[in-house]
Amino acid sequence: MDLTWSSANAVACAVQDGQTSAHDVIAATLRRIAENNTALNAFTATVAQRALARAAAIDGARQRGERLGPLAGVPFAVKNLFDIAGLPTVAGSKINRDRAPAERDAPLIERLEAAGAVLVGALNMGEYAYDFTGENVHDGNARNPHDLARMTGGSSSGSGGAVAGGLVPLALGSDTNGSIRVPCSFCGIFGLKPTYGRLTRARSFPFVSSLDHLGPFARSVYDLALSYDAMQGYDADDPACVDRPPEPTAPLIGRGSDGLRIAVASGYFRKGAFSEALTAVERVAKALGATREVEIPEAARARAAAYVITATEGAALHLDRLRTRARDFDPAVRDRLIAGAMVPAALVNQAQKFRRWYRARVLELFKDVDAIIAPSTPCTAPLIGQQTFVLDGVEMAVRPNLGVYTQPISFIGLPVAAVPVPLEPLPIGVQIVAAPWREDVTLRIAHALERAGAAAAPKPKRET
Amino acid sequence: MSDPLDDLIDAAARALDLPVEPEWKAAVKANLAVTLRLGRQVAEFSLPDEAEPAPMFVA
Repeated sequence: MDLTWSSANAVACAVQDGQTSAHDVIAATLRRIAENNTALNAFTATVAQRALARAAAIDGARQRGERLGPLAGVPFAVKNLFDIAGLPTVAGSKINRDRAPAERDAPLIERLEAAGAVLVGALNMGEYAYDFTGENVHDGNARNPHDLARMTGGSSSGSGGAVAGGLVPLALGSDTNGSIRVPCSFCGIFGLKPTYGRLTRARSFPFVSSLDHLGPFARSVYDLALSYDAMQGYDADDPACVDRPPEPTAPLIGRGSDGLRIAVASGYFRKGAFSEALTAVERVAKALGATREVEIPEAARARAAAYVITATEGAALHLDRLRTRARDFDPAVRDRLIAGAMVPAALVNQAQKFRRWYRARVLELFKDVDAIIAPSTPCTAPLIGQQTFVLDGVEMAVRPNLGVYTQPISFIGLPVAAVPVPLEPLPIGVQIVAAPWREDVTLRIAHALERAGAAAAPKPKRET
Repeated sequence: MSDPLDDLIDAAARALDLPVEPEWKAAVKANLAVTLRLGRQVAEFSLPDEAEPAPMFVA
């Protein structure tokens, strides 16, 4: 089978039916990574021996007539802030290369492997996840499969590049302020940022504990649902993980968007957007028949508060490293973290108080609507190294503006399906936002858009 | 006359024992200026004295 663009579900079905072996899938995947990673720079490590051993175990189980999991033989990779047994958890940094190898995989890896998936490696990322670009001074910049001169987006840069480039059908990343949704937008793939507290973050390297989420990337909505369902479940090792029974979404996504009240975010989410972002939102709204608009109150202030909390919590996490190894940081990350350490605590406390106020106001909106549509990014993928862009005649800095539409949403932990709209020449993403714990709503709408052809992961034109 | 932000950076660096090399200072200052501006934007928003911060400790 053609693994370059097969869905995770298609791979699993083929392995379950014996049309192909897990060994052949994994061997072909490892070959593709070896052939293409020089161009994409998505992987920072592969775990070939382990992956082949795991594949052999799956093939053996099939031969014995055992029932295989829903992700049998599906290759996947993880942002290199997830613990992988035997590797140091580098989190995109030089400093963490000195850490002892992890003794045990992160639980999300364990849960995917329990469902039959096979970990093949670790993925590039922005240093310590403080990044929206995909640029990394230590491991090199991740490159966008649709145009190698362009950014993947970050900080889950390799997760975006590996899935969009056809190296793996499934990847995991993290999202503190937009680090799943921004690379999904620039690379043209689907992603799920679940509700804060839904998926365990145990044994992953943190950034901003009160905002950190983990989630999957894929080229189809069903793959997102399959992997998300396999990863749900309480874990006492993550203090933020909520003890809530798993709520499977894969059986629900076929219900479509009928009966759901869907509105388009107005005001803040229209300002500062390039025409591509507005076109993408229009297409999605039209496909869903969504004519209603809703204003998310104080979104600009929410973004400001998320910025303050990020800078200060991030600084607190790295304070000792800033004292002892400041020269080993990416300068762009170091200078922001040092500044974050100097912000008065009163402002941080006010930001956390505002967060609760804002949460209550936004949850009010969900009494009248089931989902809100908003752009993921203001633009398509900028060139690597690009510092500014011009919008309506005004020159604006690229880096801080890539997350303007994602930050007000993750600030209060709402679930979001990021869907790619296949515009030419580059794709761009749209956020489908729902009330807490309603991942099923976001995925149902994403699936309806996929079926209607309004959302799709476009195959890169270059041969990878 | 010295710049208050430069003064803050120098004092905070000493108090926190943070090394700030001269060539890093302009970028640290630019980042701090943005963060303080956004912090002011949040602090300007009037909230009741009873407002609870989002993270709540549960004993």
